Amino acid sequence: MSRNRVLTGSRAMVEAIAQEMRVDPTVFVMGEDVGPYGGIFSSTTGLLDEFGEERVRDTPISETAFIGAGVGAAMAGMRPIVELMFVDFFGVCMDAIYNLAAKNTYFSGGNSKVPMVLMTATGGGYSDAGQHSQTLHATFAHLPGMKVVAPSNAYDAKGLMTSAIRDDAPVLYMFHKGLQGLAWMAAPEGASTEVPEDPYAIPFGEARVVREGGDVTIVAISMTVHHALAAAEALAKDGVDAEVIDLRSLVPLDREAVLASVRKTGRLVVADEDYRSFGLTAEIIASVAETDPGLLKSAPRRVACPDIPIPYSRPMERFALPDAEKIRAAVQQTLNRAVA
Amino acid sequence: MYAPSSVDAPRIHTPDFITESALTIPIYGMLGEDGRPYEGADPSGVAKEIVLAMHDAAVFTRLLDERMVAAQRQGRLSFYLTATGEEAATVGSAAGLEPDDMILPQYREQGALRYRGFTAAQFMDQLFATEDDLGKGRQMPVHYGSRALSYMTVSSPLATQIPQAAGYAYGQKLAGEGRCSICYFGEGAASEGDFHAALNMAAVIRCPVIFFCRNNGYAISTPVSEQYAGDGVAARGVGYGVRSIRVDGNDFLAVYLATQEARRQAVSEGVPVLIEAMTYRLGAHSTSDDPSGYRSRKEEEAWQRFDPIARIRAFMEAQGWWDAERDEALRQGYRDEILAAMKTAEAKPAPSLARLIEDVYAAPPWNLTEQYEALREQVRANPDAYPKTAGRIE
Repeated sequence: MSRNRVLTGSRAMVEAIAQEMRVDPTVFVMGEDVGPYGGIFSSTTGLLDEFGEERVRDTPISETAFIGAGVGAAMAGMRPIVELMFVDFFGVCMDAIYNLAAKNTYFSGGNSKVPMVLMTATGGGYSDAGQHSQTLHATFAHLPGMKVVAPSNAYDAKGLMTSAIRDDAPVLYMFHKGLQGLAWMAAPEGASTEVPEDPYAIPFGEARVVREGGDVTIVAISMTVHHALAAAEALAKDGVDAEVIDLRSLVPLDREAVLASVRKTGRLVVADEDYRSFGLTAEIIASVAETDPGLLKSAPRRVACPDIPIPYSRPMERFALPDAEKIRAAVQQTLNRAVA
Repeated sequence: MYAPSSVDAPRIHTPDFITESALTIPIYGMLGEDGRPYEGADPSGVAKEIVLAMHDAAVFTRLLDERMVAAQRQGRLSFYLTATGEEAATVGSAAGLEPDDMILPQYREQGALRYRGFTAAQFMDQLFATEDDLGKGRQMPVHYGSRALSYMTVSSPLATQIPQAAGYAYGQKLAGEGRCSICYFGEGAASEGDFHAALNMAAVIRCPVIFFCRNNGYAISTPVSEQYAGDGVAARGVGYGVRSIRVDGNDFLAVYLATQEARRQAVSEGVPVLIEAMTYRLGAHSTSDDPSGYRSRKEEEAWQRFDPIARIRAFMEAQGWWDAERDEALRQGYRDEILAAMKTAEAKPAPSLARLIEDVYAAPPWNLTEQYEALREQVRANPDAYPKTAGRIE
């Protein structure tokens, strides 16, 4: 009998991994500090005790080595889950990610599959500066051959992890540190959710309408979903009824969910903690404009990190990162400014 | 926990450094330049049929390379890479493995692929990107791959195959099927961080992988004297805790026996092994390269006398297994087969354009389908602007 418990994001991830490891001997975990430590962001807590060190593999500190090895193991028929501790560290292993994991299936004529999950921590808001705080959704979503998902809550964290492990494509699983429920980093209300005990999978490419509304569409992902919901509550007090969409995955992208909402509201704000230029926010707006520029009653707005390295100083960082108030203000602009 | 050496090592009381030449690794060889076994070297452990099969694959590879360089010069092919002079290293090592051990090549290992049974037609289908190419016409020439022959598709970025091989072998170990992987790379690629990262990790987490370095003297134009200062690549293995051997890479028997022993240790003990095969790239790096700018004819001619094929042929003749007549018949047969296969491939259709969006994901998502449809409409509407493409639209 399945029970629902309230779990943190990290507990939900671990539960999905453990459940898949129990039924599929090809699933194993590899990375830095994933063993006795349980993952810097608690994404592997307790796995070592149950599955042993061959399947919960601490490695030397070389992303070049263990992410490359993950690609190799995946082609050998395994389903490795490899942790890149901070997404900011992708520089030393990007070859394995975008030249190998993402392309080996294509260049082998479909003869090699790379069913690898690369889980990695994203996001700022805790004064660790620009080599520990980036989000980088678009950096990976831009490259063909990978799937890219980013859960905003524990329920999705489990269901998306289960799907990621079962997928035959390489999946980049980007979890925001601030949603993990860590002792040292407060999570917003709503990040920890009820989670069914039984295994379940959330299909990729299915966005979720987390708040229905008729006046404006706010498209968000990961941490900005929580900012968007807070903005929607504030807007409701002003009589503005905002619809909030959690994309949940960037690749594949649920364009239809965005279009359906914008057809209803005619107004669009896109919020992403990644850099503003050339990113998810632009992609969403472009996909709406390409489909039908007449859908929008006013100029769309985007709320994102400005195109600067994220600073350490708390006032500077807060100034830069997206938040509920910035989304609220952007919504007001879409209501006030009609398309000329 | 500290390594025992930091606790139990003997103490010295003067600052004496270990010199960079303290470890000089010898070369394991079975056959001298003339094809005769060295005194003390016993070739009886290599069966006649193995020797003949290695020689056969090497001759095919040599002739294929010669023909394809000519084809590239004639403008029939965009690019080619020869393995001339390195056939013993690649064929001999493949012969020392079991057929379902995994090969993760760099890009100059067509000899290993041929030994596994890749046909002239399969080589040509890849080189000319025909509709029968196993890679569906997507990768540049010589980037072969075959799932059936356990030969990983070649990737262009250097040395990235080394960590992948460690992981592939770790997967084989977890699967418990008694297989191992071999990973080929040059002494130039061994300067990449990937080499060092992979050897260290493979030793620590115990991967049954054979790291096989083809030390062929040059990385395009860079000679080994500008590539490394220490005792080659084998010495590095010791530092990472990886068993290492240096072998005469132009000696089929030595390469074969070293690889066979490496495989035995890798599989039975679950450990990585490093083989450094000393050889020489007799040809250019690729058809885009002209070695006359960085090395002398004299040097190249000096290395001709180490030609591995001539050496194994002399050995075979001395054993009474081979003669000039059989040699010429073999070569003529392969010349004819290769030429015919090339002509067949040149006449074959290119892959369907629909394959462009397959295998990016299991099924093409909506964005790829839309993008493909838009391109197709563009070509359909202006077929004269796309003479080579318009005919391949379905």
